[in-house]
Amino acid sequence: MKYAYFPGCSANSTGISFTLSADYVGGRIGLELEEIPDWCCCGTSAALVTSADLSLALPARSLALAEQHLPGLDVATPCAGCFASLKGAQHYVRRGTEQRAHVEQLIEMPYAATAEVYSFLEVMAQPEVSEQIASQLTTGLNGLKVASYYGCALVRPADVTQFEDPENPQSMDRLMELAGAEAISWAYKTECCGASHQISEPKGARLLVERIFADAAANGAEAIACACPLCLLNLDLREAEINATRQARGEQPFDIPIYYFTELLGAAMGGSAKQLGIDRHFWPAEALVQRAVSPSPAEPVLDDAGLKPDSADAPAAAPTAAPMAAPMATPEQPAEPAAEAPAAAPAEAAATPATAVAKEVADE
Amino acid sequence: MVQILDLSAATQADLGSVAAIAKSAGVDFDDCYQCGKCSAGCPMAHEMDFLPRQVIRLLQLGQYQEALGAHTPWVCANCMVCSARCPQGVDIAAIMLSLRRAAKRAGLRPEKETDIFDDIFVGNIRRFGKSNEAVLAGMFNLKSGHLMQDVLNAPKMAVRGMIGPKLHSVHDKDAVRQLVDKCLAAEKAKGQAAQSGGEVSPS
Amino acid sequence: MSRIGVFICHCGSNIAGTVDVARVVEAARSFPNVVVADDNKYTCSDPGQQSIKEAIVEYNLDRIVIASCSPRMHELTFRKMLKDTSINPYMLEIANIREQCSWVHKDIEAGTVKAIDLVKMATAKVDKDTPLFTTTIPINKRALVIGGGIAGMQAALDIADAGYPVTIVEAEPSLGGKMVMLDKTFPTMDCSACICTPKMADVGSHPNITVKTLSEVEQVSGYVGNFEVTIREKAKYVDYATCTGCGLCETKCPTKVASEFDQGLGQRKAIYKPFAQAVPSKPTIDAAHCRKLTSDKCGVCEKLCPTKAINFADEDKLTTETYGAIVVAIGYKLIDWGALYGEYGGGRYSDVISGLQFERLVNASGPTEGHITRPSDGTEPKTVAIIKCVGSRDPEKGRSYCSRACCMYGAKHAHQYLDKVPDGRCYVFYMDVRTPGKGYDEFYMNTQHDGAVYLRGRVSKIFEQGGKLICKGEDTLIGKQVEVAADMVVLETAMVPADAADRLGSMLGVTRDKDLWLSEAHPKLRPVETNSGGIYLAGTCQGPKDIPDSVAQASAAAMKVAILFSKDELESNAMIAGSDASLCNGCGACVNICPYSAITLEEVTRRENSRMVTRQVSRVNPGLCQGCGACTVACKPGAMDLKGFSDEQIMKEVEALCQW
Repeated sequence: MKYAYFPGCSANSTGISFTLSADYVGGRIGLELEEIPDWCCCGTSAALVTSADLSLALPARSLALAEQHLPGLDVATPCAGCFASLKGAQHYVRRGTEQRAHVEQLIEMPYAATAEVYSFLEVMAQPEVSEQIASQLTTGLNGLKVASYYGCALVRPADVTQFEDPENPQSMDRLMELAGAEAISWAYKTECCGASHQISEPKGARLLVERIFADAAANGAEAIACACPLCLLNLDLREAEINATRQARGEQPFDIPIYYFTELLGAAMGGSAKQLGIDRHFWPAEALVQRAVSPSPAEPVLDDAGLKPDSADAPAAAPTAAPMAAPMATPEQPAEPAAEAPAAAPAEAAATPATAVAKEVADE
Repeated sequence: MVQILDLSAATQADLGSVAAIAKSAGVDFDDCYQCGKCSAGCPMAHEMDFLPRQVIRLLQLGQYQEALGAHTPWVCANCMVCSARCPQGVDIAAIMLSLRRAAKRAGLRPEKETDIFDDIFVGNIRRFGKSNEAVLAGMFNLKSGHLMQDVLNAPKMAVRGMIGPKLHSVHDKDAVRQLVDKCLAAEKAKGQAAQSGGEVSPS
Repeated sequence: MSRIGVFICHCGSNIAGTVDVARVVEAARSFPNVVVADDNKYTCSDPGQQSIKEAIVEYNLDRIVIASCSPRMHELTFRKMLKDTSINPYMLEIANIREQCSWVHKDIEAGTVKAIDLVKMATAKVDKDTPLFTTTIPINKRALVIGGGIAGMQAALDIADAGYPVTIVEAEPSLGGKMVMLDKTFPTMDCSACICTPKMADVGSHPNITVKTLSEVEQVSGYVGNFEVTIREKAKYVDYATCTGCGLCETKCPTKVASEFDQGLGQRKAIYKPFAQAVPSKPTIDAAHCRKLTSDKCGVCEKLCPTKAINFADEDKLTTETYGAIVVAIGYKLIDWGALYGEYGGGRYSDVISGLQFERLVNASGPTEGHITRPSDGTEPKTVAIIKCVGSRDPEKGRSYCSRACCMYGAKHAHQYLDKVPDGRCYVFYMDVRTPGKGYDEFYMNTQHDGAVYLRGRVSKIFEQGGKLICKGEDTLIGKQVEVAADMVVLETAMVPADAADRLGSMLGVTRDKDLWLSEAHPKLRPVETNSGGIYLAGTCQGPKDIPDSVAQASAAAMKVAILFSKDELESNAMIAGSDASLCNGCGACVNICPYSAITLEEVTRRENSRMVTRQVSRVNPGLCQGCGACTVACKPGAMDLKGFSDEQIMKEVEALCQW
């Protein structure tokens, strides 16, 4: 089971937990990934709105490199956005010789679109891989109520992504059930989270996230599982903010941690929060998963505690309203970021964007 | 105020431009029977000046300039739920993309922030070959004037190892840069052709 | 040397507007063997026909070409004209310079050149015409009606009343079809059962009608006037000769099954009559669910039956009989919306129901005794959304056509709901309201006055939230997104061809259109005939329609049968295929390709190369052959020829086009 690996730009940044957890699960089930040499950004929606050619050329370049350096391997990518871009280019080239020539002229490389492109979710949902996963489970998730969230990019357009039923996909639900969770039935599985607009149209786009939480909560979800780093970041990062506005409106806040489906699979295999990157979430996510994998709440299985949630994120900081989701342990008291990160990191990182930006602006 | 639309005032150039949008999006506007299923399910409708159905109606009526100036294509999140559910198989999302590109070529940007964001994103790729979220967010704040947006999230991301001092980039930066430049130049040429006599159909 | 007359029609300005007729006449005069060429304003009119007859005499013509409209329009008219002359009616060729020329061209030059080519080809072909003659076929004056819904019953009753014996074959255990499942009928709101069940009783007791329920047509051979039909009467496990229909068996049967008649909203027993007024009024055993038949336990019905009518050893019965005509009235089914509309829950929400399910809910003899309640929890829905065009006018997920009846029954459902739940709210999502019919639009307007809120727009998604079904739509009239939090949603789903349509169509040689409806011979002028002689269509098997149209069509089909049966013999088609035994190699390609099963292989012994040889050759049954010509194309040795369209004639046409 070996794939040409397209990590996507978020793999070592905002999507680090996806990488960690997928590596963990992949290691347990013998998944081999060979990174495509010198792959580039897929261009995602920014390329699409800028130029049709660009939205084809960027993913096609990486696919052509895979074809050249890793012949015979199908391509696998964790990110649903990358998956959609790669599939789009592959689908276009497969439409005919004219289209293929057009793309090859753009990237100045041969590209025959012979390899298939799979999302990590599809890779893990294959029957034989699911069997492997099942064989590695130790604790299971003990009926944790999980809303499987697929978003748009995996399922639409159906003729390009060739994923499953675009209105009610099941593969992630089945994996969650396999890991001992209860996959709840809900209506926002494939509704858009507005990830591409969260920076440029924050006000309008937040509503999309809020609706997703609302439907998950209304259907009794304790957690949401994702298969896309953009979706996860979007939901995870904005939950606290949305809760603040809800409370301002006199509405109940949500308390639903968001997980990569690989994090939940990894936890059910006995992986620690740190190994899986669950300690890096914005909305506190460790306690719930710890409870889920423990036979009884008194005996936590996770052996190492990771980062504590930030004070601004924790619902405990706003005790006026009870969380809407099913009962869970009181969130841990807010604490400063623990020893895990180098002390200098915040300052350094905060400086980074500014210096890079200054340089970029100076260039133009 | 309700204004009278003078339908007979649509020029041949307008109609040609509408046809070019249809061709570029791979649709036939006459397929649309205005059922509104696209707009009923649109998650971003609350931010739009025209519903997607109404944008198509404008194009059906030859009201190209009004469609070109609409905010809707810039608000569209390209989730494609409209296209997926259209009973007539009209790719509404593709229409939105084609209109937005045509508007940009014509120098229109009804939604400034969205345009800035996507330009920076493409600039980021052009420069590094990969997307660096911190650079993206930081530059957006500078260029859009929303200086404080998400600033408090930066240290949190740093603590979590999501952003750091090292920028991601490809090895063969020139290749990606040339590729981006080639596509952008072609797009620019289309815009110039459009100005000098009707929108040309994109390849 | 033949003597050909060519007559070019102006058809007013229909042809003359795009074709320079004078030039065509001039050109025709130069074609080989043309003795006379002339034109006429309206060739089909009496004066037009008269002038041709005069020319035949004056120029001693032995064959003619008429360049006019499509042969489908007037070939028969001109053949009839030739019966009064010295020329055989088949020594005629029509050059279609209207539908295939003037109507599809705008440029006079192009139209004229093409018209000249078409006349040229017809002239070349007519030169090789030979006189053809018809034969006669005897007619067996018994009719078979397939399907016992309202259309089949009406057709059967009309044929039977005309004095001819009829057999009606119904796949279900009772007559009545879909109509008897309905509660009331628009626009008059007559009780459907009250007008349908008397018809069922009439059919059941008519001396000229034999009813075979739980039966299907297994095989059909033969041709108009002489169809051999094998009917499979499935095992009922009840002897109808002795059963009195007392119903004791049904009350004691321990097995409950979801009722097909109640669309899964109610239950029936394993031995059952689908509904109280069923005809025949006797039960059948559902072998798939009966305990005795599945696991050899129980048998309580057998023990209780006072007339010992239960027979667990019953078997399917096959009978073969001869009929002169067949009326197909197999109806429709509703589209399987659950498989197509994931955005409407794909069948996961039990309170999203079909219109037919609503009919059972609102029916006094239905599973809720007419109380409108939610299937999920039995509560009365206070807000109902009705969604039209589910599967109709939706080429991506369903069918491209309009199902014609849904606007009206949608309005009826809104009216019925508001009538039974006066404090309820009803929202009807529509794309267009199509109500052509007597009293139809008035009915729709009344429904609006009843309080139904009509919303123009298709619903994008239905989902459950907080016990409500959220319908997300757009009111396209104000251009705003709308949401209706409904307690129940009724989907007015598309009519699609019955499952049997495809199999039966092949068996009967009736073509199916792109949506698999059975095709009529001509959409306007022959709406109940098919392209197979002696086979007629009634009701929704031909396309979606409402009850009045189904009944009208059924009576029309019955009339066609009566006209056929009014003669003792039938004139056969003269333009049929014929095989030249000396060329035939017995390969059987023609047998396989013939859509009418008109060709058989038979053994012949004949002298070949001064030796007696016995081998297989094909033979065409002149009663069955419809003259389609498929066999002539399939025939490799060139033995098969279609009279009036021989290979030689077609080659001459091509030759004329390329070489003259």
